[in-house]
Amino acid sequence: MARSPGTARRPMIEIVGLHKSFGEHHVLRGIELEVPEGSTCVILGGSGSGKTVLMKHMIGLLKPDRGKVIVDGEDIVPLGPAELEQVRRKFGMVFQAAALFDSMTVYENVSFPLREHSKLPEEEVREVVRKKLGIVGLEGVEELYPADLSGGMRKRVGLARAIVLDPKIVLYDEPTTGLDPITTEYVDEMILDAKDKLGVTSVVISHDIASSFKVADNIAFLHEGRIVEQGPPDAFRRSENPALRRFLTTWFGRS
Amino acid sequence: MPRPTENPAGQAVEGLGRSVYAAVNDLGALTSLGLSVARWSLRPPYRVANLFSQLDFVGVGSIFIVCLTGVFTGMVFAQQSARAFELFDAESLVGPTVALSITRELSPVFTALVVTMRAGSAMCTELGTMRVTEQVDALETMAVNPVQYLLVPRVIAGLVMVPVLVMLFDAAGIAGSYFVAVTVKGISAGTFLARTHQWLDPEDVAEGLIKGAVFGLTVALIACYKGFHAKGGAKGVGQATTEAMVSSAVSIFILDYFVGVVLH
Repeated sequence: MARSPGTARRPMIEIVGLHKSFGEHHVLRGIELEVPEGSTCVILGGSGSGKTVLMKHMIGLLKPDRGKVIVDGEDIVPLGPAELEQVRRKFGMVFQAAALFDSMTVYENVSFPLREHSKLPEEEVREVVRKKLGIVGLEGVEELYPADLSGGMRKRVGLARAIVLDPKIVLYDEPTTGLDPITTEYVDEMILDAKDKLGVTSVVISHDIASSFKVADNIAFLHEGRIVEQGPPDAFRRSENPALRRFLTTWFGRS
Repeated sequence: MPRPTENPAGQAVEGLGRSVYAAVNDLGALTSLGLSVARWSLRPPYRVANLFSQLDFVGVGSIFIVCLTGVFTGMVFAQQSARAFELFDAESLVGPTVALSITRELSPVFTALVVTMRAGSAMCTELGTMRVTEQVDALETMAVNPVQYLLVPRVIAGLVMVPVLVMLFDAAGIAGSYFVAVTVKGISAGTFLARTHQWLDPEDVAEGLIKGAVFGLTVALIACYKGFHAKGGAKGVGQATTEAMVSSAVSIFILDYFVGVVLH
């Protein structure tokens, strides 16, 4: 799918006036965000800016105090647990440390959502798993355990598991945090690949500026509970917002 | 008025209040987790494979250590009570004394302690590790309820397998006491068996089994609760496990008294 942030596409995720507090701590203070179908949106922000909290609202793990979270045309805030499970099947999530089940082999991990939510016969399950592992560039690892894999490979298996049910949306929680530059590049390629090959809508939360500019169609900068700037990477780079400038100079200043 | 933190007596009261508050808080959370486990256990899908793997782990895996503990408990108890009964020529009472104490008290308590140490600690560390490495969140994002997937099989396994192990402990303990009483202390086998048979009623065994079920449920719930709410990496998991072990052991002794009172 070509990158075309200019053309109007229907929003896959739309967040309207979202507020969330934990006790005294007002974490999200009126988030407005739109993620068009088939695009990659990076939510950039410092540690403790509420990125993870925002992502958890998208998949219904947290309920907002106020505001709407519209996923694929449906406001998920008023939904009960059973309906939320239906909504969650539209998502695949890739966790920071992959969160693979360490008591299961790679094959069992990737096939897990299929066994839970489909009634495919064994040989079809095997075929789907082989295909998804192929998409993330892995083969012959089915019988290994997560402990036998490198960090980058684990992330790939995590992505294969996330896309095994053909979700419409893939969420990435800090995919490049704590990785060396080579592996970071490998993970960036993986995110771009997944978008091109599957046409999924992707949301990436990150504080890694270089990698954000590489994978994003749109970047949104989260600061003190609000999205203070958003746009395609080129416009984003030229932003005059002081908080964003400060955040960006840390990286541009170094390079 | 002096602030309580500056006054030693005030500090003591404050500390006591805080631990009572924490205990009540934990008890409430444990009860609500128990209810949630009960609710999710009734809903399909029924995860038979997970249940059997936990039954195997908690039950079958504990057979050897439970029997070993049982045999030696019976042997020691027979040895000691025979010495006491010899003083007034009442060795014939060794069998019933040992059998009654084992079936009603020692067997459920010791079995529950063994299961806590062996299976409870493993449950708590496994769940805690899954929590801190986001595997529990991963289940949830894959639209699989973690209470149903992870906790229900473990709690049922505790509830069902501890009474079964109590029966094994009973048998092993009585066998151990028979061995010491008859072969070491020279009490006649006929006397030992006849007297035991005369004094030991099915109700005594049933009391032990009921206690076993209550303890099994409690220790499995505590291990699950502590593990499921672990936070903060390896250290947090270690701390959760320590807390689970201490709370389980203390709960067994406290419950032993109250279940006994309720049953009589």
